[in-house]
Amino acid sequence: MNNLKARLAKERRFRLYGILSIALALTLLSILFISIFSQGYTAFQETKIQLDINFEQSVLDPKKTKDWDVVKKANFNILIKNSINELFPDVSGRSQKRKLKKLISTSGEYQLRNYIKNNIEAIGTTKKMWLLADDDVDMLIKGHINRSLPENERRIDNDELKWIEVLETKKIIKKFFNKTFFTSGDSAESEQSGILGALLGSLFALSITLIISFPIGIATAIYLEEFAPKNNKFIDFIEVNINNLAAVPSIIFGLLGLAIFLNFFELPRSAPLVGGMVLSLMTLPTIIISSRVSMKAVPPSIKEGALGVGASEIQAVFHHVVPVAIPGMLTGTIIGMARALGESAPLLVIGMVAFIVDIPQSVTDPATALPIQIYLWADTPERGFVERTSAAIIVLLIFLILMNSLAVYLRQRFEKDIN
Amino acid sequence: MYNTDVMNDNKNIIDSDDLISQTPSKLDNAKTVGNIHVEDPRIIAKNINVYYDNKIAINNVSIDIGKNEVLAMIGPSGCGKSTFLRCFNRMNDTIESCIVEGELYLDNENILDKKTDVVPLRAKVGMVFQKPNPFPKSVYDNVAYGPKIHGMAKNKIELDEIVIKSLEKAGLYEEVKDRLDTPGTSLSGGQQQRLCIARTIAVNPEVILMDEPCSALDPIATARIEELIYELKENFTIIIVTHSMQQAARVSQRTAYFHLGSLIEVGSTDKIFTTPQHKLTESYITGRFG
Ligand SMILES: Nc1ncnc2c1ncn2[C@@H]1O[C@H](COP(=O)(O)OP(=O)(O)OP(=O)(O)O)[C@@H](O)[C@H]1O
Ligand SMILES: [Mg+2]
Repeated sequence: MNNLKARLAKERRFRLYGILSIALALTLLSILFISIFSQGYTAFQETKIQLDINFEQSVLDPKKTKDWDVVKKANFNILIKNSINELFPDVSGRSQKRKLKKLISTSGEYQLRNYIKNNIEAIGTTKKMWLLADDDVDMLIKGHINRSLPENERRIDNDELKWIEVLETKKIIKKFFNKTFFTSGDSAESEQSGILGALLGSLFALSITLIISFPIGIATAIYLEEFAPKNNKFIDFIEVNINNLAAVPSIIFGLLGLAIFLNFFELPRSAPLVGGMVLSLMTLPTIIISSRVSMKAVPPSIKEGALGVGASEIQAVFHHVVPVAIPGMLTGTIIGMARALGESAPLLVIGMVAFIVDIPQSVTDPATALPIQIYLWADTPERGFVERTSAAIIVLLIFLILMNSLAVYLRQRFEKDIN
Repeated sequence: MYNTDVMNDNKNIIDSDDLISQTPSKLDNAKTVGNIHVEDPRIIAKNINVYYDNKIAINNVSIDIGKNEVLAMIGPSGCGKSTFLRCFNRMNDTIESCIVEGELYLDNENILDKKTDVVPLRAKVGMVFQKPNPFPKSVYDNVAYGPKIHGMAKNKIELDEIVIKSLEKAGLYEEVKDRLDTPGTSLSGGQQQRLCIARTIAVNPEVILMDEPCSALDPIATARIEELIYELKENFTIIIVTHSMQQAARVSQRTAYFHLGSLIEVGSTDKIFTTPQHKLTESYITGRFG
């Protein structure tokens, strides 16, 4: 009787410990999420200013050629200057005027250029256009700069503040969904920088990793588990080494990639191709080990049953063992890939850490990767990059969550198929 | 209960009381009692030795098995019945530590020869395992798998026919006919065993090895399987391992008694159960140990 009571109390206590530890983990996780999200969510908006742009014939195309090759040499900045000066006619003096122009991001010029390139007929007309604001303006509008601070303690001085307030009363300064963040590469100006370059870099590298490590990993696992001779010194040696590889720090794989892929095979530096190859070295042992574990979990009696009705060894393995083990194999692969997505050390070594503005078009173009972009931005003190760092972390986390949900989904689907 | 009077009456009984506790190696010179040969043998086993990690599990066993014969193998747990049975379809190959020596002829071909292809052999010699091991697939696919890989059905209709016939023979069809696509693993233990029997007979084997096929079945299902064995015997050779003397008596023509890896006694079933020649056999049958 007493014994039973003690045992029940023990069980209850044990359950309590379990719940407490889960609660602790969840709390820490939500603190992490809340802090990242509260810092990062503003990065999903960008501030734009509306200007009446007069695409003056005399500035853009005085000879009326209507030829883009001629027009593209024109100075589009003048259009912005003219427009904003018209808005504030009482601003005078070169430096004041320059300060006024600086409310608009330097990307404004490219925006106009692109517009005229696609609508050459618009030359000579006037159009209302929303131009990207400078990052300091952006920060002020998002409330990251305190307007009540003394002038010398904020990045926006009194003149600028006055102008912005005029724009606000005219309702021609507004926050939009931040398309730039998802459509451009890195930039020295925070308002023009985006995640797309790094995202594509990561996706390219991960596809290479998947293409290399999935088939090789699964095939190795199946061979070692089902067909390799047992009690063979050489096979044992290989097994020990695969297990060792899983424990090797990832930066070592980066150095290996540097020595072999870059220096020996002379593959392009900073390329997702090499990044993917290095990451697949790192992912392979994970995939092999988890695949073997899931194949070991298949009861041998199933294979015996298949052999018993006259299936060959290969048929028994591929018809009965592999289908049962597939969910585990896929889960292992996706977890390996998720680890590769978050990995930065080996990519640093092979040069995927450069400041790259262009968006990679193929696996051989120089690129960075998501974790590296986070590292680069986190290293920049500007407030605009601080929020982008958090936003990039959010994007990375979303990808990780998507991949892990995919793993769960696949596992459930295959399990349903089997049972 | 063991009856000493009976024993004393029978002068032929070899006195081997001490053998009961012997190790296999000490049984070396214990020769099989009874006639191991038959007139028209289908299978001839000659001097079979089986070792697990150099530990002997089957010790110099020789026996013939006739055409259209049901041979029952009985003996205490761990005496090597399953091990010996698994020699007939080379199933011991799958156990790394297992070594099989000797000669085993099936239709005049030594199946223990390294050159023998085990795939056609196992199609010809079907096996029902001691523990039910259905594939984690649907009931239908469980039965259809063998015919499929051996190309026994030209189309879906033929395959359906084989599946239904096999399930009917195994006495399972009525129970599962409207859930052929549910997983085989969701059936009850006894149903699973009958599914495995259906799976085995679906490939039309000529020899069927059954390792305690009825140990998980109720009397009704057992009766159904015994009926099946009776039907199959017309065309097939059947070797059945069983712990039930009654079952051995009901279904088999000959019975072989194993003890600690040795074949102690072989003979026609009625003789073995009424007038066993060897003291060990007698002790086992009368329930003194086992
Ligand atoms: N895979 C194995 N590895 C090592 N030893 C084994 C293996 N399988 C069986 N043995 C041994 O071989 C001997 C015979 O086993 P076997 O399974 O043939 O007995 P059995 O007569 O079928 O018993 P039961 O009636 O309990 O099924 C036993 O001593 C057992 O321990
Ligand atoms: Mg057994």
